[in-house]
Amino acid sequence: LGRKKIDMDLLDELEEVLITSDLGVRTTQLLLEKVADKIKRQELKDPQKLRDQLREEITRILSVESSAWDPRSARPFVIMIIGVNGVGKTTTIGKLAHQFKSEGLKVMLVAADTFRAAAVEQLSLWGERVNVPVVKQKSGSDPSAVAFDAMDAAVSRGMDIVLLDTAGRMHTKVNLMEELKKVQRVVNRKDPSAPHEILLVLDASTGQNALSQARLFKEEIGVTGLILTKLDGTAKGGIIVAISDELQLPVRYIGIGESLDDLRPFDPEEFTRALF
Amino acid sequence: MFDNLSDKFQRIFKNLRGQGKLTEENIREALREVRMALLEADVHYKVAKDFVTGIAERAVGQEVMTSLTPGQQVIKIVNEALTDLMGGQSEPLRLIGKPPVCLLMVGLQGSGKTTTTAKLARKLVQEHRKPCLVPADVYRPAAIEQLVTLAGQINLPVYPSTVRQKPEEIAREAQGYAREHNCDTLIVDTAGRLHIDTELMGELGRLKEILQPAEILLVADAMTGQDAVQVASAFHETLGLSGVILTKLDGDARGGAALSIRAVTRCPIKFIGLGEKLDALEVFHPDRMSSRILGM
Ligand SMILES: Nc1nc2c(ncn2[C@@H]2O[C@H](COP(=O)(O)OP(=O)(O)OP(=O)(O)O)[C@@H](O)[C@H]2O)c(=O)[nH]1
Ligand SMILES: Nc1nc2c(ncn2[C@@H]2O[C@H](COP(=O)(O)OP(=O)(O)OP(=O)(O)O)[C@@H](O)[C@H]2O)c(=O)[nH]1
Ligand SMILES: [K+]
Ligand SMILES: [Mg+2]
Ligand SMILES: [Mg+2]
Repeated sequence: LGRKKIDMDLLDELEEVLITSDLGVRTTQLLLEKVADKIKRQELKDPQKLRDQLREEITRILSVESSAWDPRSARPFVIMIIGVNGVGKTTTIGKLAHQFKSEGLKVMLVAADTFRAAAVEQLSLWGERVNVPVVKQKSGSDPSAVAFDAMDAAVSRGMDIVLLDTAGRMHTKVNLMEELKKVQRVVNRKDPSAPHEILLVLDASTGQNALSQARLFKEEIGVTGLILTKLDGTAKGGIIVAISDELQLPVRYIGIGESLDDLRPFDPEEFTRALF
Repeated sequence: MFDNLSDKFQRIFKNLRGQGKLTEENIREALREVRMALLEADVHYKVAKDFVTGIAERAVGQEVMTSLTPGQQVIKIVNEALTDLMGGQSEPLRLIGKPPVCLLMVGLQGSGKTTTTAKLARKLVQEHRKPCLVPADVYRPAAIEQLVTLAGQINLPVYPSTVRQKPEEIAREAQGYAREHNCDTLIVDTAGRLHIDTELMGELGRLKEILQPAEILLVADAMTGQDAVQVASAFHETLGLSGVILTKLDGDARGGAALSIRAVTRCPIKFIGLGEKLDALEVFHPDRMSSRILGM
C-alpha cells in the first residue's frame, strides 16, 4: 500500500485487504464509499491520509458505547458464556478465572455443558489448573439443574464471580436455544439481577456466519458482550466490524492462545492496525 | 429478505429473450452478482475473482438456448463450473495398504477432529471394517477422555494413551495394539494446532513418517472465512493432504470455505459433518455444495 497517489488500483487493493480480513462485502463497500466521496471532492489526495481515514472509521465503529465492565458491582457476579461449537468457550472460562483470581476475587466455575463428551472433565481440569472450585453433576444431567445448584453454592460459599460454561450449539437450533433460555431463567430466578453478563464467544477464523451467530444469540438470549478468540493465528476477525456496526455489542476480550494468560482486553485501535 | 441470485438474474436478463447470444455486457452484470454471492459465502477473494474470470470466458458468445431463459442459462453455467471445481462427484476413502491401514486427522483447534474421528469409525464399522481409535492429543485438557467417551458410545477399542506419552510414541505403539486387537484400521486423532506453529506442524510430519497413513484428512470448519486458504495450503504443504472433511454444515453457514480449500489444495472433500451426534456424517456432494454456496 505504499502508493504515491490515489487511483482505482489503490481502491481495489483496499477492497481486497478488507474483504480478505473478513469485513464482508457490505461493510467494505460502506467504508470505501465514504472515502470515495471525499476523493471525488478532492478532499482526500494522499494515500497515507486515505489509510488513516479508513482506520479511524473502523476504530470508531468498533468503539461501541456500553455500560462499564464491572465484576465488582454485584456479588456473586454471574457471567454466562455462550456460542457455537468449538469456538473456545471452556478455554476462555479458564483464562477469565485465572485473571479474576489474580485480582483477588473468589471464583467458581459451573459445568453446565453436560452434553459434549468429557466437557465436564475439561472444565474440571481448568478448575484444577487455576485452583478454583467447579460445580458439576454427571454428564447428561439437566444443565439448568446444574446452574440452580451452583447459584446456591456460590452464595453460601461467598463467591465473587460465577463463570457458567454452556454447551456449544448452533444458533439456528431452536430446541438448544430454548435449553439455554431455561438456564438463564433459573439463574435469574435465584438472583433477579443475574446473569450480569452474557458473553458470546466468536472464533476469529469464522467468516460472515459470525454475524448470523451474533444476531440470533442476541435476539434469543440477549448478549451483553463479545469475546474474540484465536487471534494468534492468521485470521483477522474482521467480521466484528460488521457486528459492532449492526448490533452495537462491545468486544470485552480477545483470546491469543491456549494458555492461562492468553487473554487480553480488546483495543479497537490495535485491532484495526492489525488489519492493514 | 434479499433477492436470491435467480431473482437478480431474472432482472438483469429481462430484456434478453430466448434469442441471440449472451453478450459481454449482460454477462458482466450477472457475474458481478455471482462474485458478490461468492464473497458473501466466504469464498476467498482471489478464488472468487479467478472463478468469475473463467466463467466469463466460458459464457460469452454462447447461443441462448431456447429451452432456458438467459438468466437460467448463466446460472446453469455457473453451477456446473462450481460443481466441476469442487471435484464433480463424491470420492470415497482410499483404504489401501498393509493393515492396519491408518487415517490421520489434522486441523485447527476446535474444527471437529475428535468428533469426526468417532463418526468415521462408526461409518467404517458399517462397512465391516474393524477400526481402532487412537487419541494422540496430549495437550488439550481431557482430549483423551473425550475420544474414549465417544468410542464407548459405539463400543470400539481405543489405544490407551496417557498425557505423559509423546504423540510419536503413541503412534508407534498403537500400530502393535491394533494388530493385537485384530483391528484393520487406525484412526488417529491429533491435537488442534495453528498452521503457523512450526513446532507442532513438525510433530505432524513425524506422525506421518511413523504411521505412513493411507489418508491424511484435514478437518475444517464450514464457517471458516477468508483464512481457509492459508490454513489449507499450509497443512497441504507440510503434509500432502489426501482429503478434506467439512464440519458444522448443520448451521446456516454458506460454506464458501469448501471452494477455497478445494481450489488451493485440489484435494477432494470427502465427507461433511451435519451435527454433534455420531451419525451426523455424510458423503460430500459437490452439486449440493455449489447450490448452497450460491445461496440457491
Ligand atoms: N490458538 C488458539 N486456540 C484456542 C484459543 N481459545 C481456545 N482455543 C482452542 O480451541 C479449541 C476449542 O476450545 P474449547 O474451549 O474447548 O471450545 P468450546 O467453545 O468450549 O467448545 P465446545 O464446548 O465443544 O463447543 C481447544 O483446542 C482450545 O485449546 C485461542 O485463543 N487461540
Ligand atoms: N453442530 C456441529 N457441531 C460439531 C460438528 N462436528 C463437531 N462438532 C462440535 O464441535 C465442537 C468441537 O469438536 P471437537 O471434535 O472437539 O473438535 P477438535 O477439532 O477435536 O478440537 P481440538 O481437539 O480442541 O482441536 C464440539 O462441540 C463438537 O461436538 C458438526 O458437524 N456439527
Ligand atoms: K472453528
Ligand atoms: Mg466447551
Ligand atoms: Mg480434539
